[in-house]
Amino acid sequence: MKKHTLAILVNDQPGVLQRVSGLFGRRGFNIESITVGSSEEAGLSRMVIVTSGDDNTLEQITKQLYKLIDVIKVVDVSSSPMVARELALIKVGAEPAARPEVLGVVETFRAAVVDIGPSSLIVQVVGDTEKIDAMIELLKPYGIRELTRTGVTAMIRGAGK
Amino acid sequence: MATQGATLRSKQELIEKMSKPEVITGSEILLRSLVLEGVECVFGYPGGAVLYIYDAMHGFDDFHHILTRHEQGAIHAADGYARASGKVGVCIATSGPGATNLVTGIATAFMDSVPLVVITGNVVQSAIGTDAFQEADIVGITMPITKHSYLVRNVEDLPRVIHEAFHIANTGRKGPVLIDIPKDVSAAKTLFKPATGEVSMRGYNPTVAPKKQQVDKMLKAIEEAERPLILAGGGVVYSGAHEELLEFATKTGIPVVTTLLGLGGFPSGNDLWVGMPGMHGAYASNKAIQDSDLLINIGARFDDRVTMKLDGFAPKAKIVHIDIDPAEIGKNVPTDVPIVGDVKSVLQVANAEARPASKAGAWREQVTAWKTEFPLSYVDSDAELKPQWVIEMLHETTNGEAIVTTDVGQHQMWAAQYYKFNQPRSFVTSGGLGTMGFGFPSAIGAQMANPDRVVVSINGDGGMQMCAQELAICSINNIPVKVAIINNQVLGMVRQWQEIIYDNRYSHIDLAGSPDFVKLAEAYGVKGFRATNKEEAREAWEAALRHPGPAVVEFVVRKGENVYPMVTQGNTIDEMILGDAE
Repeated sequence: MKKHTLAILVNDQPGVLQRVSGLFGRRGFNIESITVGSSEEAGLSRMVIVTSGDDNTLEQITKQLYKLIDVIKVVDVSSSPMVARELALIKVGAEPAARPEVLGVVETFRAAVVDIGPSSLIVQVVGDTEKIDAMIELLKPYGIRELTRTGVTAMIRGAGK
Repeated sequence: MATQGATLRSKQELIEKMSKPEVITGSEILLRSLVLEGVECVFGYPGGAVLYIYDAMHGFDDFHHILTRHEQGAIHAADGYARASGKVGVCIATSGPGATNLVTGIATAFMDSVPLVVITGNVVQSAIGTDAFQEADIVGITMPITKHSYLVRNVEDLPRVIHEAFHIANTGRKGPVLIDIPKDVSAAKTLFKPATGEVSMRGYNPTVAPKKQQVDKMLKAIEEAERPLILAGGGVVYSGAHEELLEFATKTGIPVVTTLLGLGGFPSGNDLWVGMPGMHGAYASNKAIQDSDLLINIGARFDDRVTMKLDGFAPKAKIVHIDIDPAEIGKNVPTDVPIVGDVKSVLQVANAEARPASKAGAWREQVTAWKTEFPLSYVDSDAELKPQWVIEMLHETTNGEAIVTTDVGQHQMWAAQYYKFNQPRSFVTSGGLGTMGFGFPSAIGAQMANPDRVVVSINGDGGMQMCAQELAICSINNIPVKVAIINNQVLGMVRQWQEIIYDNRYSHIDLAGSPDFVKLAEAYGVKGFRATNKEEAREAWEAALRHPGPAVVEFVVRKGENVYPMVTQGNTIDEMILGDAE
């Protein structure tokens, strides 16, 4: 099962997320993560979906997506060199005494502390999925109280669209 | 129907009248836009959320409105209208239960690629999302079973939405489009600017013309093939390509099998026609698929009732697949030569250069031999009425020229097997979804679209009871559908499976307690007949045909009759049970 990152350009219409996610659901396609936001063109949004499946599944996903009237373009970003990033906010237990150690991890990962509470910190980390997974592993010993991830957004490298 | 008397007015006058830029309500915009889209007949049922629309219809006679007795009847009728005419079928229902009663009909049309525009009312926008009286999220509910859908939030959008909906429904791979109109939108007024001309939508550009090099690959494969076969499906009928298919088959000399929805897309009287393939397909059709070395799928979708066990389907064949929907190509069966395009356009391109499949002479003889040696057969009886005999009699007495609609089950398969179709759009049946209750109301739509043809609706005693209430509209509007009820007093296809697969454990299939169908018909003011033997059957049926209005003929047939050949699930299509006459 190969992982694929798809960028889907859609009309910014009510219900479009439901149309796309519903299609994945009813045809048994997997969604590992999904992000939606505005695109470079007014009236159009771009969804980035990370899915997995063999080449036939990917072909079916693409073809079925194109059948949705609100879908303008589907690009398998992962078929080219790409930049793929997600952001995580991690609330980690950190009594004042433990903070220097946590800050060490944060620095190594070029992450940032975005909030400091009496006994916790919120760490913001941006990177590819593996980097965030690694960061979480390293912070686990300090006690992760809350974790939220945006899911992957991605783009093909270079000048081409 | 003539009693409804469509106002005779030249088309141009009508268009001018309808296009007049005036400040009117959303409801009036809807009606005018429907007329401008060429709608002549609408099936519907009023209710709270569509009251403005029905108010606008008061005294409006620029299209027929047929008031059905159930929303399900309305949508199946619209479906039958569309299948039998090639035009877009239109139905209207109110919000909530009215809309949800359409769901089965929408799914039926979606599975069989039937162009419908389905109009539902909804509660006022300020009440949407509050669980208001008769509120249902019909756009959400039907998202997986519509080609597209709209919730109209501004009355100004209505003309564009309706124009787009008709375009989407009836182009590319056809299908149902839903337009949900909140009550405040149907009430709101605005200056009507008709939406006309080409629809341009960035996300919707179906491929019509094929890539020439793909067609060339197919033609080359035909030259090389020793055992080529054409599998023709509903796409042939829907794209109006029956003449092109006949030309293609004749020029190449390749035998043709037609799927359930493809019946009539190729004349069954033609020597090259083999039969219907699949679960209840003819021996020769299934055998030909399995032995072919080139299978040319023209507008069929390799449905599981055709392929049966996929692993082992057409094992020796190179596969060519022509389809307007690229997603169908390679979905079920790996394809060697994909051709995306409208069947008619593809065949026109192919016919310009098609040459005889010169190596296929012996193969044609082989297929013909199978057809002759193992024809469809049943054991006839003079003591009991056999359903297959009834279908043959219906065929004979209508010269094979009727439009036949069916419900779902054994009678459907017998109709497909024994009513030999020669013309497209003559067989109306729910293939993909297999919707019981479809047979009779779809005939009403088919008749509305074809007032001058004989429309025969073949039903079982089970399915007839799922939409029998629509007898009322045949009676009131004098819609002369001839209804044949093949009454075996049991849910026949379920009985057959329980006999063959579930070891004679007959569970909840007995339809004892069914009404006296003659009395039922008469209760609605429809002529009723009953027949229990051949003589009565012919006599009653001929009387029904002679009768100028609608008629119901109940044929009481043998209970335990099975549909053969039969391929049970998990087997390949050449593993057939040939049945009683084996």
